[in-house]
Amino acid sequence: MTATATVRTQEGLSADKLRDAYRMMRTIREFEERLHTEFATGEIPGFVHLYAGEEASATGVCTHLDERDTIASTHRGHGHCIAKGVDVKGMMAEIYGKATGTCHGKGGSMHIADLAKGMLGANGIVGGGPPLICGTALAAKIQGTGGVSVAFFGDGASNQGTTLEAMNLASVWNLPAIFVAENNGYAESTASTWSVAADDIADRASGFGMPGVIVDGFDFFAVHEAAGEAIARARAGGGPTLIEVKFTRYFGHFEGDQQTYRADEVARAREELDCLKRFRARVTETGELSADDLDAIDAEIGQLVEESVVEAKAAPLPTEADLLTDVYINY
Amino acid sequence: MSAMTSVQRLTLAKGLNQGLRKAMEDDPKVVLMGEDVGKLGGVFRITEGLQKDFGEDRVIDTPLAESGIVGTAVGLALRGYRPVVEIQFDGFIYPAFDQIVSQVAKLHARSLGHLKLPMVIRVPFGGGIGAVEHHSESNEAYFAHTAGLRVVAVSDPADAYWMIQQAIRSDDPVMFYEPKRRYHERAEVELDEAAEAPLPLHRARVTREGTDVTLLAYGPTVKTCLQAAEAAAAEGKSLEVVDLRSLSPLDLDTITTSVKKTGRAVTVHEAATFLGMGAELAALVQRECFHHLEAPVLRVGGYNIPYPPSRFEEEFLPGLDRVLDAVDESLAY
Ligand SMILES: Cc1ncc(C[n+]2csc(CCOP(=O)(O)OP(=O)(O)O)c2C)c(N)n1
Ligand SMILES: [Mg+2]
Repeated sequence: MTATATVRTQEGLSADKLRDAYRMMRTIREFEERLHTEFATGEIPGFVHLYAGEEASATGVCTHLDERDTIASTHRGHGHCIAKGVDVKGMMAEIYGKATGTCHGKGGSMHIADLAKGMLGANGIVGGGPPLICGTALAAKIQGTGGVSVAFFGDGASNQGTTLEAMNLASVWNLPAIFVAENNGYAESTASTWSVAADDIADRASGFGMPGVIVDGFDFFAVHEAAGEAIARARAGGGPTLIEVKFTRYFGHFEGDQQTYRADEVARAREELDCLKRFRARVTETGELSADDLDAIDAEIGQLVEESVVEAKAAPLPTEADLLTDVYINY
Repeated sequence: MSAMTSVQRLTLAKGLNQGLRKAMEDDPKVVLMGEDVGKLGGVFRITEGLQKDFGEDRVIDTPLAESGIVGTAVGLALRGYRPVVEIQFDGFIYPAFDQIVSQVAKLHARSLGHLKLPMVIRVPFGGGIGAVEHHSESNEAYFAHTAGLRVVAVSDPADAYWMIQQAIRSDDPVMFYEPKRRYHERAEVELDEAAEAPLPLHRARVTREGTDVTLLAYGPTVKTCLQAAEAAAAEGKSLEVVDLRSLSPLDLDTITTSVKKTGRAVTVHEAATFLGMGAELAALVQRECFHHLEAPVLRVGGYNIPYPPSRFEEEFLPGLDRVLDAVDESLAY
């Protein structure tokens, strides 16, 4: 390893931090690409929505977070989970519906939650997450922990009443809350250029009395910088921020989506805009990390994800009796 | 016979699609709205091709906002339109719950009967398609419990074709439940009203006659019950299957006539039995048929848990075995 911990970028990221960020993004990408392949075999139950292409958002935000902080996620939640530190093997097992999964195989892809990690849950209900972070942010504020709460939500969710209510509440109470609108251009087949009645989702921030910023979602450094500013302000009592992150999702809305509604914008994005490629180009150009450094991470993550699939496949299913547990009463 | 030409073999999904098309042709005030219903034709393709043929003013794509969508439909209905709202999956209706319960269900009574609210809310419901929580729910009882709503559930392609048209013609709001796991089942459908008059919207149908036990079902479990009746027949038991079709109002006549004949009743639905439709049916049947009953009314249904992961839906959903066990329990009483 050539880079040392003392080398810093203009955003103040040490080589270790850069490695962590790259590892996080690579883990998400590898996890999602692998799921895309595995899903096609028919072994994975339920619906799966992949986050590939959007890694810089979860990573750029969550690299600022620690154990005081909470996040709420979406149906496209694997990236958020990984970025908040949820165990990759537990997640894979969960997606395979196995007893060794994060939620004992009872949640699946769309309902991974790990409260110990401050991960309030992926969410099958669009717009379900934003109000939840008002609560965790209010708790942090009352207790004076300095913690922040982040809601990730899509362009589609940005039109749901719950999301708009939450932004207003956060502003009224001056909460340490960050709203990250992940605008990937579509809600299922519905284009955000049509469904969002503003040029940008970020424009809505002023209506709720909070700052709004737009960032290139393919650029880790841009997301990291914008999120850093917003999170620092929130921790210091400066209230909420709306960050709109723009990018393209690499796969269909869900695995199996025919994608008749969009022309192929993915090939170009993968080729020219990809967050991992850009990250690699930048840090190797500046000499902050070497190609060997990054290759080593790629290999390490490839191994981790491979193991997670092998172990998930081999793991036991929950039993029928498990279904009747974790509810208050059985009739 | 000329009527022969009007018979088509349709899936339940296609029956709905054709029924919607017919309703739109018959009445220019019929409009469809919902998430991805236009260009895409809906996630289950129930509205496929309709925007192309009727235009964007009649098949209206909406942003993601269930509460707003249903509220908009109320306004349209108050202005003489007949809106048909699609909720994408059962579990996504809750953001609109307030509009449905507090506005849709109340306006007729609040206006002392002056206001009509001719709107339909279509809800693909139930499990069996390998989906999960929020995508497999049976929430019909919430709405049947609410005064001011009509609630129906279709079980086969012919009913799909006719009942959607009847629901749209109704001057009152109708919650229209579609069993998504039966969308692809096919049957012959008589499309000519003159050849065979469809049953009125709120009438139950005796789908299979029998003498020993009455099975009361609706939506996806009608087929389950027909299969159970087939299996029971092989063992010499004669089951009668009543497809309720309408959950509110209930066709008590058809129900009680059947139960008085057989003396035994088993209710079958996917929703949890606790406070489900079966609970109301059991209460009404015991009151109306008390002296005819040979056994308590038994209920077969889902467990009182969130809808389980898809690997377990076969255990959760009431299948043949659970229905036949209840039949045996009733007969042994
Ligand atoms: C309340 C609710 N309505 C509808 C849906 C169905 N649905 C699931 S994802 C989705 C689109 C969400 O789009 P967006 O918020 O942009 O997130 P993306 O999928 O693009 O990540 C829809 C309509 C749902 N899950 N919940
Ligand atoms: Mg989107």
